[in-house]
Amino acid sequence: MSTRPTDGPDRFSARLPGSYLAPGSASFADFVAAQTPDVLPNSRTAAVAATTGVEAPHGTTIVAATFAGGVIMAGDRRATMGNIIAQRDIEKVFPADEYSCVGIAGTAGLAVEVVRLFQTELEHYEKIEGTPLSLDGKANRLASMIRANLGMAMQGLAVVPLFAGYDPHHNGGRIFSYDVTGGRYEETAFHAVGSGSLFARGSLKKLYKDGLAERECVTATVQALYDAADDDSATGGPDLARRIFPVVAVVTGEGYRKLPDDEVATLADEVIAARMDRPDGPAAPLT
Amino acid sequence: MTAPFYVSPEQLMKDRADFARKGIARGRSVVVVQYAGGICFVAENPSQALHKISEIYDRIAFAAVGRYNEYENLRIAGVRLMDLRGYSYDRRDVTGRGLANAYMQTLGTIFSSGGEKPYEVEIFVAELGVDAGHDQIFRVTYDGSIADEQRFAVMGGSGERPAAWLGEHYRDGMTRAEVVRLAVQALAHNDETARDIPAKNVEAAVLDRTRGQQRKFLRLTDAAVAAALAEG
Repeated sequence: MSTRPTDGPDRFSARLPGSYLAPGSASFADFVAAQTPDVLPNSRTAAVAATTGVEAPHGTTIVAATFAGGVIMAGDRRATMGNIIAQRDIEKVFPADEYSCVGIAGTAGLAVEVVRLFQTELEHYEKIEGTPLSLDGKANRLASMIRANLGMAMQGLAVVPLFAGYDPHHNGGRIFSYDVTGGRYEETAFHAVGSGSLFARGSLKKLYKDGLAERECVTATVQALYDAADDDSATGGPDLARRIFPVVAVVTGEGYRKLPDDEVATLADEVIAARMDRPDGPAAPLT
Repeated sequence: MTAPFYVSPEQLMKDRADFARKGIARGRSVVVVQYAGGICFVAENPSQALHKISEIYDRIAFAAVGRYNEYENLRIAGVRLMDLRGYSYDRRDVTGRGLANAYMQTLGTIFSSGGEKPYEVEIFVAELGVDAGHDQIFRVTYDGSIADEQRFAVMGGSGERPAAWLGEHYRDGMTRAEVVRLAVQALAHNDETARDIPAKNVEAAVLDRTRGQQRKFLRLTDAAVAAALAEG
């Protein structure tokens, strides 16, 4: 039996296999698990067996923060493999669908695959059912995909996403964080994941306030990533020589939008210029 | 002892074809029209929930006439097939031809197998190209035969009259509002005298080349249809 995707003809007939025509779940992942499980990210759990200490690129810091009418997600551009910088312009923030985005920290290869499956899952549901999943529904689907990766996480290949989107029922942005077991936690205002997340969260604690405008909120996330890179060796700071700056995504009622590179570059240049005077960044008032 | 009842293969196939054709002709027609910015589908369909026109993939759409449960099955199979292909390979490797081929084989096998009744459906699969010259529209019929359509096409119901109307009034390079209006007029000319079809009974969708996103399918709201109809 071939292990390639059998999306083509049945063995003895050219017609679509019965499973394609059968009424059933609107979940792409469930359909593929029954049809061609080998293309799913969690299908290799058995293959890696008890090997430990696999060296694979790791994604580092992702931050997200809400503002009036939407949510911002930003990620640094570094992937590390031990002490090596595996990639300096990796993108770790992706659109999940038109009204949500997902950022990834952890084993980059697996994370990118999980994101691809998640994107297909949301689109598939929307097409089959004729209506998109609710934001909570999307967050729950992602949780089950992370849970399916638990076996790999136990071997040291964890994937920890950050999910954010616009919820028309709340008329604003919402943020969800996850742990390796698939635990799903809704965050208020802002959150960060990845190796530099402690510093990024500390930074956002001092910078974030309610009622920030979109641009101010973007600045806050860029500042937070700068602080993360300042103190965490695995997080990439702004690369001035190569002009590599964070990826910033904005999700509002109008949908997902990735900020253009030059717009982020201008913002990052402002942040860096201010740090020339005060390297620790803006000071919050004492009381 | 009575002699076994003999039906010639020709008669058998003809009966099956007549059966399918009758089922398809019972419903209302669906029109597909190419325009400057993409491909437009229009159907007369009072239901807001049961669609005749649907998105399959980034640049591929589907329209069908006939028995709803049968073409809904085929639509879901198409979404599954194309999503799996895009996920296994790449989004660009998903083609309308691949989908039309799967439908063709499926309908053809069902039609010629003795065990099942033939599907009473007819399907349009359209794929948006980089420009109007590269757009592809396939018509797949109940017996698995396939045809390549250009500029405009009509299926289901009393399709000859709307097709004749389109043939007279269609020109290249029309705008979206113009083709929506044209298609609704064509659907209204399904009898000796033209009817009036209100916007809320029109289901319309486009594959819009100018859409910024990867997914080019856009369902037109009743308001958008009404605006297009009011322009003329």
